[in-house]
Amino acid sequence: MRTSKLLLTVAHRLAILAYIVVALFPLFWLLKVSVTPNDLLYSEGVRMWPSRATFEHYEFVIAHSAFPTFFKNSLIVAGSTAIAVTILASLAGYALSRFNFRAKYWIVALMLITQMFPLVMLVAPIFKMLSPLGLTNSLTGLVIVYTAFNVPFATFLMQSFFDGIPKDLEEAAMIDGATQFVAFRQIILPLTLPGIAATLGFVFTAAWSELLFALMLISGNDAATFPVGLLTFVSKFSVDFGQMMAAGILALIPACLFFLLIQRYLVQGLTAGAVKG
Amino acid sequence: MTIAAHPQAVRPLKKRIADASEPYLYSAPALILIITVMLVPLALGISYAFRDIQLLNPLSGGFIGLDHFRALSEDQAFFRALRNTLWWTGASVFLQFLFGLILALLLDKPFAGRGIAQALVFLPWAVPSFLAGLNWAWLFNPVIGPLPHWMYALGIMDAPNNILSDPHLAMWGPIVANVWWGIPFFAITLLAALQAIPRDLYEAASIDGAGPVQRFLSITLPFLAPTIAITILLRTVWISNFADLIVVMTNGGPADRTQIVASYIFTQAFKRLDFGYASAIALVLLVLLLAYSMLIVLLRQTLLNKG
Repeated sequence: MRTSKLLLTVAHRLAILAYIVVALFPLFWLLKVSVTPNDLLYSEGVRMWPSRATFEHYEFVIAHSAFPTFFKNSLIVAGSTAIAVTILASLAGYALSRFNFRAKYWIVALMLITQMFPLVMLVAPIFKMLSPLGLTNSLTGLVIVYTAFNVPFATFLMQSFFDGIPKDLEEAAMIDGATQFVAFRQIILPLTLPGIAATLGFVFTAAWSELLFALMLISGNDAATFPVGLLTFVSKFSVDFGQMMAAGILALIPACLFFLLIQRYLVQGLTAGAVKG
Repeated sequence: MTIAAHPQAVRPLKKRIADASEPYLYSAPALILIITVMLVPLALGISYAFRDIQLLNPLSGGFIGLDHFRALSEDQAFFRALRNTLWWTGASVFLQFLFGLILALLLDKPFAGRGIAQALVFLPWAVPSFLAGLNWAWLFNPVIGPLPHWMYALGIMDAPNNILSDPHLAMWGPIVANVWWGIPFFAITLLAALQAIPRDLYEAASIDGAGPVQRFLSITLPFLAPTIAITILLRTVWISNFADLIVVMTNGGPADRTQIVASYIFTQAFKRLDFGYASAIALVLLVLLLAYSMLIVLLRQTLLNKG
């Protein structure tokens, strides 16, 4: 009995390890290419680590390219989008979770349909709409577009988190004289922190890495986000893979930090006991 | 007395209106944004399907009725893309779901270092999709990537070739990249749902003598079912529309073997600049996905009624 339990534990840890290796190996390859000097890129292409590692690509990207601007733009766009979407989706998700009203199913259907149309086809109409408003080539325009794209899924996500919280909590507060909005803000929202963290994380990474609209709505370097910036390494004389991968690794850092930050909330409190106790 | 009664008579009506409008107030900001930024352009995009819209042709723009759809019904490339979409979406969703569920189950029980393990296995989701595509194209290339050599050493392949240039295997390249990238999505959502299952249910089942398989089938799966239904529905729709990896890794080739409907639309719109035809294809895809979603929702409803 004890040995079988031990074997089970070992198998569990090995399985987790396998997942970690599979998840990290492609990222390791990204790192490897980013520190390989250009002259060894192809001659030592399949080696696990180059015989000579260098940080010259990183130096170039940070000091001599427009990458810091791209990076800052991406942070602003992804951060603002994540916050805006989470606020709108919390409100809409709360309405879908707590109220029975006539338009409810229409709202759900509308949000589902917006997920089905290839976004490629929205590029031209959206460009036509934003351009007279001066919102093309601006970060504000990107934030508005990304917020609209991400609200439907985030609403479903927030609704599912609200559904998990018993109704008696805000009913008790409302008997004590609070309005439903106050009950929502002061009692329900704090309990959904894990859900809010998950939503923030999903939306942040989605906005952080969006390429199509960033490419089509922005023309200058000043308002370009980092995925567009990565492509500038392609469109020069030849593809500079070392610099591109170095930029890619640097761009992963904020997304990783964000994930590390939210993953604590993701597990903590999602346990039903915390709410029901 | 009448003065005292008056406000009381008014308040219920006012309150009724306030109560009835409350859910609309909560959802209005999101709805207004979705309608202006997505629904209006969507309507415009649909109207393009019935017009002759070519970006570089100033004479285009006229209404041509169903011409695009007639051309589409004879377009062999479109039907090939449709078959490829089925294969690409089916394999990607199934494998992402399977590996995501296993990962969620593995992470569900506490162990030392769970936080770190979780952060690491969720990392692929944070990688921008086109960077992931580029990196996987790199990994599959025998000159600069190790995968072909490993598969050759394991006897899976006869020679260390690039599977992305092999017409019979090319689709597996983007599928593998997509599975790697999408496992965390299922793992995160399923893990959240798993952790909401009351623990005492498992204890009670153990006392009653239920084995691990039985506990999984009679407790875990039913509790996960609503989450599974909505995530599979959304992922299917997203993945069938998801052209990034294919455009970056194979660009539809070799010989259109990896061309899916979404990448075909992209090619028509941005390489041939024929927005009218691209919109017509997109409209067909939209209708197919709508039919699929309705089927899933109906299926879920009948299953719920049975339960």
